[in-house]
Amino acid sequence: MYRVALFIISFIFWMLLTWTYEPVSIITGIATAALTTLLFGGYFFRNVYKLIQPRRYFWFMVYLFVFIWECIKANFDVAYRVLHPQMPIKPGIVKVPLRLRSPFARTMLANSITMTPGTISVDIVGDDLYVHWIYIASTDPAEYSGKISGRFENYIYKIFE
Amino acid sequence: MINEIIALILMSTGILFNIFGCLGLVRLPDVYNRLQSATKCVTLGTCSILLGVLVWFGFVNIGVKALVAIPLLFFTSTVAAHALAKGSYRFGIKLGRKSVHDDYEAENRAFLSKEKKEQEKQKHKRPLRKTGKPS
Repeated sequence: MYRVALFIISFIFWMLLTWTYEPVSIITGIATAALTTLLFGGYFFRNVYKLIQPRRYFWFMVYLFVFIWECIKANFDVAYRVLHPQMPIKPGIVKVPLRLRSPFARTMLANSITMTPGTISVDIVGDDLYVHWIYIASTDPAEYSGKISGRFENYIYKIFE
Repeated sequence: MINEIIALILMSTGILFNIFGCLGLVRLPDVYNRLQSATKCVTLGTCSILLGVLVWFGFVNIGVKALVAIPLLFFTSTVAAHALAKGSYRFGIKLGRKSVHDDYEAENRAFLSKEKKEQEKQKHKRPLRKTGKPS
């Protein structure tokens, strides 16, 4: 079942990418999607029934707007730090405890953290996420984990778990 | 007409942010901080250039391709940043002089010592196997 879902998703992606309806393109798309499914089907998440729950798509749209807003803020923040003559940076690596369990949700959280104000996720060990932060505001775990992952964790929990 | 103005504004912002990102690559002190500027400024810059392309051409072949490129960029640039950060830490590149805090050091040390032990084990194993074989 999950292989069928992956096949459909990759075929839609192919059609968007080519944006033509000629038979040649469609046949190539089917072949490519089948190859992708064969090679990478094992890495796709198993519980595909999550894909047909509309509530998840609603939260995904909300999350998208939150994420874009945070992303724009992040860009202005980093641009300010780069352009300031004294470079007000205070970098370091902090440990953030994770609440999410499924690997896909964790990947999404790590990606979102990488795209937001001055943080890059470095590694996941067990239930902890190590994050490089360009300006460490506090060293208290409860406080900074709210600042780093608190904005996204609830949304991602609603979308993927 | 209005489409073209919006597209030009988007593309100019994109180019501006790309310039900031490149400036950051030159100015910031160490690998990890440089990765920050490379992932953030450059991604928003490139995303807004692609959006500008979409607005300029509308929903035709090239515009949709530009739209599809945005999630691709999002996934690849973030994963590349994780891989580079983790790889350079494992390789032994320290955080810059300005750094104030490091939780990852202990984890990294544990990993390195484990790796060393495994290597030593393998070193011991190999000659044993060779001598064990009937020649």
